[in-house]
Amino acid sequence: MSDAAGARRPYVRSMRGWWRRDPFFARYMLREATSVAVLAYALVLTVGLVRLAQGEAAWNGWLAALRSPWAVLLHLLLFAAMVFHALSWFEIMPKTLPAIFIGGRRLSAATITRSGWAATVLASIALCALAWWWRS
Amino acid sequence: MVDQRTIRMQVLRYHPQRDERPAWQSYTVPFTDDTSILQALLYIKDEIDGTLSFRWSCRMAICGSCGMMINGKPRLACETFLRDLAADAVRIEALAHFPIERDLIVSVGEFVAKLESIKPYLIPKEPRALAAGEYLQTPAQLARYEQFSTCINCMLCYAACPEYGLNTDFTGPGVLALLHRYNADSRDGGRAERMPIVNAEEGVWSCMAVGYCSEVCPKQVDPAHAVNQNKAISAGDYFLHFLKPKHRPP
Repeated sequence: MSDAAGARRPYVRSMRGWWRRDPFFARYMLREATSVAVLAYALVLTVGLVRLAQGEAAWNGWLAALRSPWAVLLHLLLFAAMVFHALSWFEIMPKTLPAIFIGGRRLSAATITRSGWAATVLASIALCALAWWWRS
Repeated sequence: MVDQRTIRMQVLRYHPQRDERPAWQSYTVPFTDDTSILQALLYIKDEIDGTLSFRWSCRMAICGSCGMMINGKPRLACETFLRDLAADAVRIEALAHFPIERDLIVSVGEFVAKLESIKPYLIPKEPRALAAGEYLQTPAQLARYEQFSTCINCMLCYAACPEYGLNTDFTGPGVLALLHRYNADSRDGGRAERMPIVNAEEGVWSCMAVGYCSEVCPKQVDPAHAVNQNKAISAGDYFLHFLKPKHRPP
């Protein structure tokens, strides 16, 4: 028995490049990477706030900078990343909630994901409406 | 025999006393529509190479012994069929993230130790005489934990969890799902004894919410659901101890 134990030499495999091993992992890494887009948005807004504090000229300069083709392109990219970020998080949202029972039936994961999207769409419409109302 | 199809099976071999590192070995195996990977491995062992080592028992996806990486995915060999793996070669490797003992056999000691650590049994709320009869439970109370009770300890979820691969201290999906199974049981009173395992750094907070564990689970236990809802429970437990200092056992 002790001989057999001495013969053990468990081989530990390397984790190098683990996220390339399965498309599921690659998609996970993409989800995590899109959080950089969230950070970028936050930075753009923070700069806007600082420029606002610096006075009208600085604020108008910031608004003009946002209208440049590069800024528009950046925002299109950031928007796409944000949509994917939201998509992947709403996908995993049912895992984070306890099982919800309504009338003795369990609320399906698809319903929870869809309600996340419904809330997003409603909040976006409300925000756009508010911005439009303020503008005029 | 009308059906004479064959397939090339590449198996990652490792002999602890002979090999410095694992290496691929190829076998050509005949198969029919109902040949499972497990049957193909048994064919290799019986007819081609008796030294090939692997674990198996029930042949029907209930013992949880024959988990392995099949074309890179954690699967049970007994319920994976060669007919579904459309390729001229199938690659078989020991379960990822576990040390290889020999060929397709991995070390399970650490997993079993974690399994024992969570007290995977009902801890009664108070002493109860046998004469008091059985515990009663409503279908609604059963539904709170039932899916988490169907785990067969096949460890596929660990092979699907990169966090476990990177840090084997992580308690891991299967064990945390089983912990939740007992904590969510209306008959159980052991929650306070198990919460330190949930709350620990290597407990639910080590989970990065990849979610692949639930994809590969052959029993639809959905360990990612058990682990991630316990993040909220753990956070609640943390804030509760400020309000009720005696909430935690000494």
